[in-house]
Amino acid sequence: MQVKYQVEGGDFTSAGYASSQVKKLLKQLNVAPKVIKNVVVALYEAEVNIVAHAYRGVIEVELDPQKITLVLEDEGPGIPNIDLAMQEGFSTASPAVREMGFGAGMGLPNIKRNVDDMQLESQVDKGTRLTLIKFFNA
Amino acid sequence: MKVSEIIEKLNLRVFGGEDGLQNEITGGYVSDLLSDVMGNADEGEVWVTLQTHKNVMAISSLKELAAVILVTDHEPDADMLEQANEEGIPVLGTEKSTFEVSGELYQLLK
Repeated sequence: MQVKYQVEGGDFTSAGYASSQVKKLLKQLNVAPKVIKNVVVALYEAEVNIVAHAYRGVIEVELDPQKITLVLEDEGPGIPNIDLAMQEGFSTASPAVREMGFGAGMGLPNIKRNVDDMQLESQVDKGTRLTLIKFFNA
Repeated sequence: MKVSEIIEKLNLRVFGGEDGLQNEITGGYVSDLLSDVMGNADEGEVWVTLQTHKNVMAISSLKELAAVILVTDHEPDADMLEQANEEGIPVLGTEKSTFEVSGELYQLLK
């Protein structure tokens, strides 16, 4: 089963929409509450990253009996140094985004803690592709 | 303890989300950083903050929080309030500071 969501850069009012839809879907499928919580945290942070940093993006959700795979691909500035971006507390968010309480440099580490596998690939001035896998029996 | 009881005991203002006034409270979380709440708050907690935008409700809903308390007379933005009403998550307010209201809440819930 596959579902796709579009995300617009800068549109904070709809941030969280995909996360909320995926949460509903996983509840309907009777996935363990702990796993749903992990997926929701990871996906929300990833969704907000597209809104806060990219121009636009697509979230592809693939469900099979064992796991959920989330692929978030955006067109945007890209990440020049992924190791640095993964450091807790490092952020390139704008002052406006920080004032909203985002941009504390907690997003990517939060994502990593909540999934079983995380792949982050990025090309500067092109965009970023984040692949997340969470197993249901973990 | 239910949300309606802390409203009475802490003399809180109710902005909206009245459908959730009977939500059971399991604890509290105090933060103005959204990723901190996303990563560390738990279901059923009351969130004490000064953030007043719509994303507060997105997080409250995703984390299934019991209610939000806005401190120092902050008021919710119109779209935050609208989502609070849709989701049935109470948005409450106080003139007290984060320190004071959190201390009182802790005394009630400990």
